[in-house]
Amino acid sequence: MAIVKTERHPDMPPPTSEAGVIGWIKNNLVSSPLNVVLTVISIYVVWIAASNLISYAFINANFAGDSRADCTGTGACWVFIKVRFGQIMYGFYPVDERWRVDVGYILGAIGIFGILSDWVKNKKWPALYMFAVYPIICFFLFSGGYFGLTVVDTSEWGGLFLTLVLASVSIFVALPLGIVLALGRRSEMPVVRMLCVGFIELIRGVPLITVLFMSSVMLPLFLPEGMNFDKLVRALVGMSLFSAAYMAEVVRGGLQAIPKGQMEAANSLGLGFWQAVGLIVLPQALKISIPSIVNTFIGLFKDTTLVLIIGLLDLLSIVKAGTTDKEWLGMATEGYVFVAATFWVFCFSMSRYSIWLENKLHTGHKR
Amino acid sequence: MSEAANTQAEEDIAIQLIGMHKWYGDFHVLKDINLSVARGEKIVVCGPSGSGKSTMIRCINRLEEHQQGQIIVDGIELTNDVKKIDEIRREVGMVFQHFNLFPHLTVLENCTLAPIWVRKTPKEEAEAIAMKFLERVKIPEQALKYPGQLSGGQQQRVAIARSLCMNPRIMLFDEPTSALDPEMISEVLDTMISLAEEGMTMICVTHEMGFAKTVADRVMFMDAGEIIEQAPPQEFFDNPQSDRTKLFLSQILHNA
Repeated sequence: MAIVKTERHPDMPPPTSEAGVIGWIKNNLVSSPLNVVLTVISIYVVWIAASNLISYAFINANFAGDSRADCTGTGACWVFIKVRFGQIMYGFYPVDERWRVDVGYILGAIGIFGILSDWVKNKKWPALYMFAVYPIICFFLFSGGYFGLTVVDTSEWGGLFLTLVLASVSIFVALPLGIVLALGRRSEMPVVRMLCVGFIELIRGVPLITVLFMSSVMLPLFLPEGMNFDKLVRALVGMSLFSAAYMAEVVRGGLQAIPKGQMEAANSLGLGFWQAVGLIVLPQALKISIPSIVNTFIGLFKDTTLVLIIGLLDLLSIVKAGTTDKEWLGMATEGYVFVAATFWVFCFSMSRYSIWLENKLHTGHKR
Repeated sequence: MSEAANTQAEEDIAIQLIGMHKWYGDFHVLKDINLSVARGEKIVVCGPSGSGKSTMIRCINRLEEHQQGQIIVDGIELTNDVKKIDEIRREVGMVFQHFNLFPHLTVLENCTLAPIWVRKTPKEEAEAIAMKFLERVKIPEQALKYPGQLSGGQQQRVAIARSLCMNPRIMLFDEPTSALDPEMISEVLDTMISLAEEGMTMICVTHEMGFAKTVADRVMFMDAGEIIEQAPPQEFFDNPQSDRTKLFLSQILHNA
């Protein structure tokens, strides 16, 4: 005999657990004796670390004054940072010309806002500005020599400004170049593929320090007498090519994850190779590569500190140089904590942005 | 036959495969395929898996390259000439087993992408055409959703609408219902039947024998890279000639 259900079961809300803060604490922090012990230990460790940090950085710290003599507290002496702040930010960029760097920052912030913000619907103009106009403006603005701006030699660039120049130029070059290399590595044309594979494997097999050394020390040996590129330009080229090789492998991973059917569907609709790649494959591949791309950016941002070895004074090296000043001996901790905090702010922002972007681009389940 | 009559006959032929061979490496996938499809003709291709049915129709829009023989689609012979390949692909729509919708674009954008970029149709016009075809496949209300939010049957109907937006003269179906839940097969088949009734030239690889009986002008049976038998559906199902066809039919109809 058949068993038939005559009445259909109604939809019901899910069972609710104890709501509110008390319920959450009860379920997550003190649900068992072991859990109680772990909670107490964790709170103790966090308390010790946080209280020490706060007393070091704020309560026992010195903020006022303008010389070593004002460092009277037991904690940090931020006077050191304060006195040298201009140098830390701009390096040896002439004081009267530092407004140019600030204008560059503001113009960059406007462009980044245009690209990242949800308020600007049409991304064509901000993207065009950021990728084509802004770099040219910055070039003339920072190095001068035109429009009545005095020339500021790149040897005078330094501090956070130099770090940002190194990082942003490398990022702007590495991503497009990395995409081209990744596509080339998957190309069906053997010569193109071999060139790309050769470049990627050669660069990836060498430490960044070596690349920088070679660009700074060895390259001039091979160039004819009198022909000499700017030291900063050489470092930029080295870093950009280095990160492009890494970026290529990240993007290739994304490309490989896109099913073959996507390209076939695009082709069957009559889209040519570049249209199919640009409209169908790349948007999806880059989307799934966002975490790895940002990871590479963050690594690259921190790797800019390596230019120290070829004598460029980026944020870290200028602070390091400051700590050897005999007026300010013993300020190394303050200097490095400040550098670390600055790097952390930038890297953490990139990380948060990538998470936000991933959520924004999420379009339901895959396939 | 006079010159004029000859041209006339050629114009009535949508697809012609002459002595076509294909290899994957050393493996001979398609052997001496000869096929002529008239305009408006509907052909159902069946056969065991690995028999080369999908490969054959994928050769027709050059998703696969053939190594020997001729393929002439809409009067254009397929060669390595990329321009001609693109020209043919614009006229030949294809529906895949796994839909292959673009997951990062909405349903509407899936449908307007090719008309806008390939045919240079203005956006508003492309959207109007897309909505017309989405209504035809009975899912206009899903236009702004992403493919990932639709059921399999709905996705396949979007894929059909997406192809139709390019206004193709020929449609190729590569096992369009094989990846669908049983309850969703009929909604896709209904769409295909109505398309057939409008006179679209169709080649359809499928195991839906009911569909074959309803719409096909000719049913083809392939095995091991060869066309073994082709006949009108009535004859094909009631009176198969080759033993291989009989075996195949007895196996699939046994379960049906």
